[in-house]
Amino acid sequence: MIGELGLFALVLALVLALMQAALPLAGAHRGQRQWMAVARPAAVGQLLMLALSLAALATAFLQNDFSLAYVAENSNTALPWYYRLTAVWGAHEGSLLLWAVVLGSWSVAVAAWSRQLPEIFVARVLGVMGLVSVGFLAFTLLTSNPFERLTPVPAEGRDLNPLLQDPGMIAHPPMLYMGYVGFSVAFAFAIAALLGGRLDAAWARWSRPWTTAAWVFLTLGISIGSWWAYYELGWGGWWFWDPVENASFMPWLTGTALIHSLSVTEKRGAFRGWTVLLAIVTFSLSLLGTFLVRSGVLTSVHSFATDPARGAFILGLLILVVGGSLVLYAWRAPRLAAGGSFGLVSREMALLLNNALLCVAAATVLIGTLYPLALDAFGLGKVSVGPPYFEAVFVPLMLPLLAMMGIGSLVRWKRHAAGPLARTLLPAATATLCAGLASLWWLGEVPPLAALGLALSVWIAWTSVQAVADRVRGRRRRWQALRTTPRSVWGMALAHFGLAVFAAGVTVVSTLDLERDVRLAPGESIEAAGYTWTLQSVRSTEGPNYSAERGEITVNRDGRTVATLYPEERVYRMQSNPMTEAGINAGLFRDFYVALGERRADGSWTVRIQLKPLVRWIWLGTLFMALGGGLAITDPRYRRLTERARLGAEAPA
Amino acid sequence: MKRLLMPLVVFVALAVLLGVGLTLRPGEIPSPLVGRVAPDFTVESLRNPQRSVSLSDLRGEVSVINVWASWCAACEDEHPYVMALADEVPVYGLNYKDERDKAIAWLDRQGDNYTASLYDPDGKVGLEWGVYGVPETYILDAEGVVRKKHIGAITERTLREEILPLVRQLQAEAES
Repeated sequence: MIGELGLFALVLALVLALMQAALPLAGAHRGQRQWMAVARPAAVGQLLMLALSLAALATAFLQNDFSLAYVAENSNTALPWYYRLTAVWGAHEGSLLLWAVVLGSWSVAVAAWSRQLPEIFVARVLGVMGLVSVGFLAFTLLTSNPFERLTPVPAEGRDLNPLLQDPGMIAHPPMLYMGYVGFSVAFAFAIAALLGGRLDAAWARWSRPWTTAAWVFLTLGISIGSWWAYYELGWGGWWFWDPVENASFMPWLTGTALIHSLSVTEKRGAFRGWTVLLAIVTFSLSLLGTFLVRSGVLTSVHSFATDPARGAFILGLLILVVGGSLVLYAWRAPRLAAGGSFGLVSREMALLLNNALLCVAAATVLIGTLYPLALDAFGLGKVSVGPPYFEAVFVPLMLPLLAMMGIGSLVRWKRHAAGPLARTLLPAATATLCAGLASLWWLGEVPPLAALGLALSVWIAWTSVQAVADRVRGRRRRWQALRTTPRSVWGMALAHFGLAVFAAGVTVVSTLDLERDVRLAPGESIEAAGYTWTLQSVRSTEGPNYSAERGEITVNRDGRTVATLYPEERVYRMQSNPMTEAGINAGLFRDFYVALGERRADGSWTVRIQLKPLVRWIWLGTLFMALGGGLAITDPRYRRLTERARLGAEAPA
Repeated sequence: MKRLLMPLVVFVALAVLLGVGLTLRPGEIPSPLVGRVAPDFTVESLRNPQRSVSLSDLRGEVSVINVWASWCAACEDEHPYVMALADEVPVYGLNYKDERDKAIAWLDRQGDNYTASLYDPDGKVGLEWGVYGVPETYILDAEGVVRKKHIGAITERTLREEILPLVRQLQAEAES
């Protein structure tokens, strides 16, 4: 019963999405206000139906309704209730439903917070989002129905993939989808502006908070995924350049470029065509990511069960959405007016370089990701392009980007004389140089590249603090000046500071981490990295749906125990593949990380011990970046200006 | 206008690639190296930095060189078949653009019956041999001439239908 209810709600959602797409777009074209007015109620109705559908699937999971094939594939009566709930998006069909729910939520958010925008513009935005929704709902219903019945009904389900039985599963996919799908708002704004022929500063101002919001979610989603991989996969790595990671990283890179180019379009009216193109490209890369994950063209730890019909369908969808919008772009963009001019030394120039570097970086990731596919397509075999490629091409692109960032936050719009700019940057440059030399001297044999990375972290941290400090210095009422500093400036400073923290963490952990595979019998110890690591015992334990060998390892220094770690080797009963659960002691400056390997014939265990300095800074940095983005969204300026824009827009009518 | 169409052109090329990707057919191209004497090299042994291995050590019997790395996911997939192949013929592992500790740990985990493991951290040998990506496998006859280059992971089928028959044929040639 519950399955039919969910399916019925899903079909109704598709009908409402069709209405949300067709009527407002046609109404905007023909100037029919009543048709345009359908957009908001249709969006709300669609979300209600989608929520009902998702609730039906969740209920089926909670009730262990194995008459649904999807539930039988991905759940089990022994699975704790909270993992049964997250299993809703644990595989292809359910996660696609989640995708649609998230898109519906963004549509309703736009419907709710767009009262100040011209009616015709809102109709087009919601219409475009409705079109995207139609595509994805049709995809779900035609190729990936989560409510498919299974006969005969099995007595027991096959259980959720053990890798996904983790708290990370609660937050990672929804956050990531909020980011991916959130870029559909920026995309819809761009398409609406192209359709209306009105691409101006007001359009950029309206898009900015939405784009930043999507970027914040994507940043958080990727970081949670990275943190999860770090503790769950047991290798101690935090980024693997896996095709699916890359699929989320590419829209992040172009989305970051988009945030910056939107600021130029808003403040100076320049880069209009480029900004529109970036909005299209960013969402296209989100769709491409969906294609890569779900079509099975690439092998990855993230791959969903695949089916050629699905791949063909998403490819068709991709061609319609991306091809259509690029045709529209080529047709409409020539009408765009050129923006204000700017000098060689100016914030516009800095942001242009930032955009160029970010896009080249995204392109290198795209090439690296698709290269194995290209080889395969031309019949040259299956290969992996691994971290060596990405590290070789990516790091050299990031270093100038980091250097440019420091200048970008301090240089003025339009024109900044080179002399005064140099004086502004002098203290930061001095600090950077000192930091570089100090790290070379203090850390001894660090590679020059690592010293450069640390120096650049100091450079960015210094200049981002200076971006706020310069507004206060020399003022008589400092507190007043600090309080009137716009939140978007605070947000930028915090996000840039976060990147400094992140870069420092990445540099240190990738050059100074220690990793050793050792063989230990219970009671034995080993000296590594100045600590004594002792395997105290290994005991068998039972979890709800797995059995495990649980080790106890103490880490001592100077006779004092600094950490006790409990790594586990688990075997899940249903899927019977072993899983390593690492034992981690986290600290702001270092993590102790231990993974249990196999038991040897003589009763000893292979143990991988790792000491990871500053690894937490990676996620601390991305958290700051997300907080900075969040702060920028709350800038009251966006709401004030949208009101003024409405007055301006309605005046001639 | 032309400039504005560029994104569309790039996208169409991408879409074609993805479309072809969906309907993959297996196949291979001849390598320029096939039919020639393999370029000589001398590199460190993976497990023993003091020992060096050179190509001339390999001559005199049919041998296989398997290029792999610990960061390569496809290598894990093919490794059982490489091990099966090593029961029939000496297989030399060429560890490509990797770190020694990680590579040794990988071998300990996945199993190691390579006749010897060669260590090529900078990909110098790989460059001379024209390694496209990892994994790749070269089959050399007793004179050290490359007779076949297999790009990509060895599967159960390629092992049974392509590689083993060739190895056996070459071994028979060498004996006669």
